[in-house]
Amino acid sequence: MKKALALVMAVLMVMGLMAGCGSAPAASTQAPAEAGTDAPAEAGSFYFGGVGPITGDAAIYGQAVMNGCQIAVDEINAAGGINGAQIQFKFEDDVADGETSVNAYNSLMDWGMQVLVGPVTTGSAISVSAKVYEERVFALTPSASSPDVTAGKDNMFQLCFTDPNQGSGSAVYMGANMAGAKVAVIYRNDDAYSQGIRDTFVTEAANQGIEVVYEGTFTKDTATDFSVQLTAAQSAGADTVFLPIYYQPASVILAQAKAMGYAPTFFGVDGMDGILTMEGFDTSLAEGVMVLTPFSADAQDEKTQNFVAEYKARHGETPNQFAADGYDCVYALKAALESAGCTPDMSAEEICEALVAQFPTMSFDGITGTGMTWGTNGEVSKLPMAVVIQDGVYVSA
Amino acid sequence: MKKLKKTTAIDFATYAGVILAFVVITVMKDQGMLTRSLKGQLVPICCYIVMAVSLNLTVGVLGELSLGHAGFMSVGAFSGVVAAMGLQSAIPSEPLRLAIALVVGAAFAAMAGAIVGVPVLRLRGDYLAIVTLAFGEIIKELINCLIVGVDSQGLHLIFNATGTKGVSDLGLLEGGKVLIKGAQGATGTQTIASFTAGFILIMVSLVVVLNLVRSRSGRAIMALRDNRIAAESVGINVTKYKLMAFVTSAALAGAAGALYGLNFSNLVATKFDFNTSILVLVFVVLGGLGNIWGSILAATVLTILPEALRGFDDYRMLIYAVVLILVMLATNNPQLKALLAKLIPHSRKGEEANA
Repeated sequence: MKKALALVMAVLMVMGLMAGCGSAPAASTQAPAEAGTDAPAEAGSFYFGGVGPITGDAAIYGQAVMNGCQIAVDEINAAGGINGAQIQFKFEDDVADGETSVNAYNSLMDWGMQVLVGPVTTGSAISVSAKVYEERVFALTPSASSPDVTAGKDNMFQLCFTDPNQGSGSAVYMGANMAGAKVAVIYRNDDAYSQGIRDTFVTEAANQGIEVVYEGTFTKDTATDFSVQLTAAQSAGADTVFLPIYYQPASVILAQAKAMGYAPTFFGVDGMDGILTMEGFDTSLAEGVMVLTPFSADAQDEKTQNFVAEYKARHGETPNQFAADGYDCVYALKAALESAGCTPDMSAEEICEALVAQFPTMSFDGITGTGMTWGTNGEVSKLPMAVVIQDGVYVSA
Repeated sequence: MKKLKKTTAIDFATYAGVILAFVVITVMKDQGMLTRSLKGQLVPICCYIVMAVSLNLTVGVLGELSLGHAGFMSVGAFSGVVAAMGLQSAIPSEPLRLAIALVVGAAFAAMAGAIVGVPVLRLRGDYLAIVTLAFGEIIKELINCLIVGVDSQGLHLIFNATGTKGVSDLGLLEGGKVLIKGAQGATGTQTIASFTAGFILIMVSLVVVLNLVRSRSGRAIMALRDNRIAAESVGINVTKYKLMAFVTSAALAGAAGALYGLNFSNLVATKFDFNTSILVLVFVVLGGLGNIWGSILAATVLTILPEALRGFDDYRMLIYAVVLILVMLATNNPQLKALLAKLIPHSRKGEEANA
C-alpha cells in the first residue's frame, strides 16, 4: 500500500511540475489569460483566440500561425493596443481534427473569446465555421483555403488564397512563364486541400496550353514511398512536377527523385511552405523548387524585414507563409476593429456584426500582400507570387 | 433489490445511472452551469458510449477481437448524412429526419457487418481481427472515391476510382446539392444531432445489448466464448450466434456513426481510421471486458479527459497516457481491490475480489 501511495504522490508531483513549465511558453500572453477557463473576460482587453494544430502531423502550420499571431499581438500591445485596449491572445491545439477543433473553439469561448483567428487547417475550419456562424462570432482564418470554409457563412473570412485560386493561379503562372511545359501532378486524393487544388489546376491547365502528361495519387497511409509515381512521371516525359501537397510527403518525393536521378522543376503551393524548417530535412534537396506563395521572407519592405528579424530572434528560424498569415490576420483584425469603432466591452456578437459590415469595405496592406480586399463572401483578393528556393532560402522568382 | 438476480440488479442500476446522468446534465445545461466546452462534447460522448457498448458485445461477450469498429461507424455516418440531407426537403421535421438517419445508418452498417461476418466468423482464430482491420481501411478508401449529390430528381452517385472525376460530373440540376465530395468528405451538413437523441440512442443500445446478453441467445454466445468445442457439442449453431452478436454490434456502431456525422458540419473518411478503432477498444478494455457500465464510464471519462487536460498545453497527451497506464495498474491491483471490497462489502467488485 505504501508503494502505491508513493507512486501516486510521485505522479502528482510530476504533473505539478509539468503544469508549471507547461504554462510558461504557452500562447497565452498575460496573467488573466492563465486564470482558467471560468474567469470572466476582463474588461478593457480584446480577447483573441486561435485554433490550429500545434501537435501532430500538421504541427508546423499551427505553430507558425501561433508564433506569427503572438508577435503581432505583442507589437500591438507594446504600441498601445487597439484604440487603447490591449489584446489577450490564447491559442488552442486541435491536432487538425474536426471534433477536437470544435472542442478547442468551445473552450476558447469559455475563456471569453471575442474574435477567432483560425482554424488553421481546412477540415477543422469547415467544422468550426458552422459553429461560429450559428453563434455569431467573427472568424478570420489565416490558412484554411477551401471555398467550403466560407460558403454560406457571412462571418467567416479568409486571409489566404482559396484552393481554386491556388490551382488556377499555378496554371496561369506556368502558362505565362514555363510555356510548353509537360506537367506531372502528384497529389493526395484523400485530402480536401490537395484534391481541391488539383481539380482547378487541371481545369485551368487546359486553357493555358499546358499539357498534363501524368497524374499520380497517394493517400495518408501511402505517403512514404513515391517511386512508382516518380518513375511513371519520368517515363511520361514530364519536365515539371506539380505538387499540391503538404511539405512532409513533398520532402520524401524530393529525396526519392534525387536518388533516382530525376530532376524536373518541382512546383509547389502554400502547403509546400514549411519544408525548409522541417526537422532533419536536407535543404539542398529543395534547391530550385518553386513555390507559389503570397509571402517571401527576403522581401525588402520594412514591415517584412522587421517581422522576419523578430521571428528569427524569438524562434531561431525564418518564418514561413503561415507565420506571416497569422501576423497579418491580427493586424487586419486590428485595422477592422479600429475603423468599426469596436470597444472591448462589446459582446462577441456585436463585434461580429460590426466586422462583417467592415471587412468588405476596407483595404489592408500586410506582409502577405498589399491592397488586400475582401468580398462579402469572405474570400480575399490578393496577388500570388512565385518564389524559388536557392541556398536554403526563398528568393523571388 | 434482494429478490433480483445479481446481473439483473446491475442492469437496472446501469439504466438508472444513465437516466440519472441525463436528468442531472439536462438540468445543469438549462441552468447554464455547464461550460461550453463540456456542452459541445455531449453528443460525441453519447456516440462513443454507444460505440464502446456495441464493441463490448463483440469483444467482451462474443470474445472475438474486432479492430475495425470505426469502419462501421464510418458506414453509418456517411449513409446517415446522405439520408438526412437527402430528405431535407421531403421531411422538414428535424427529430424525425434524425431518427430516419440513425435507422439508415444502422441498416447499412448491419449490412456491412453481415458481409464481413458471414465468411469470417466461420473461421477459428484471430481472423476476425485481421479482416476487420482491413475492412476499416477499405471503407476509408471506398468513401474517398464516393461523390454523392442530390437534386429534385433524386440521388446522384459517382464512384470515382481513378480520381479523375469531380463534382461537375454528377450532372446535378439547378438547386442540387453535393453531399459527399470524395476525399473532401461530407461538407455543409446540417447539424441536427442533439443530446436527447444521444441519450435515447444510448438507452436503446443498452436495452438491445443487455437483453441480448441475458437471453438464451446471449448465454449461447457466452458459451461459445468460454469453450467453443463444448458449446458445439451441445448443439449450439456457432456461426449463427456469432453473426447475431457481430451484426448487432455493427448496427449499433452505425447508428452511433450517423449521430456523430450529423453533429459536425464537416466529416471526412480519414476521421474513422485505425486510431479511432483502437480508441474505442481502449474504452472497452479499460471499462472491463463484458462490463457494460464500465464501458459507459470509460468512454465518458476518456473523451472528456483530453479536453480537461488542456491546461497542461503540450504535455496534454503525455498526461493522458500516464493516466491511462495508472488506471490500468490501479484496476488490476489486488490490494486496491481488497480495499474497495472492505469499503463497499456488497459491491460487485468486492465479490469478484473475494472470489
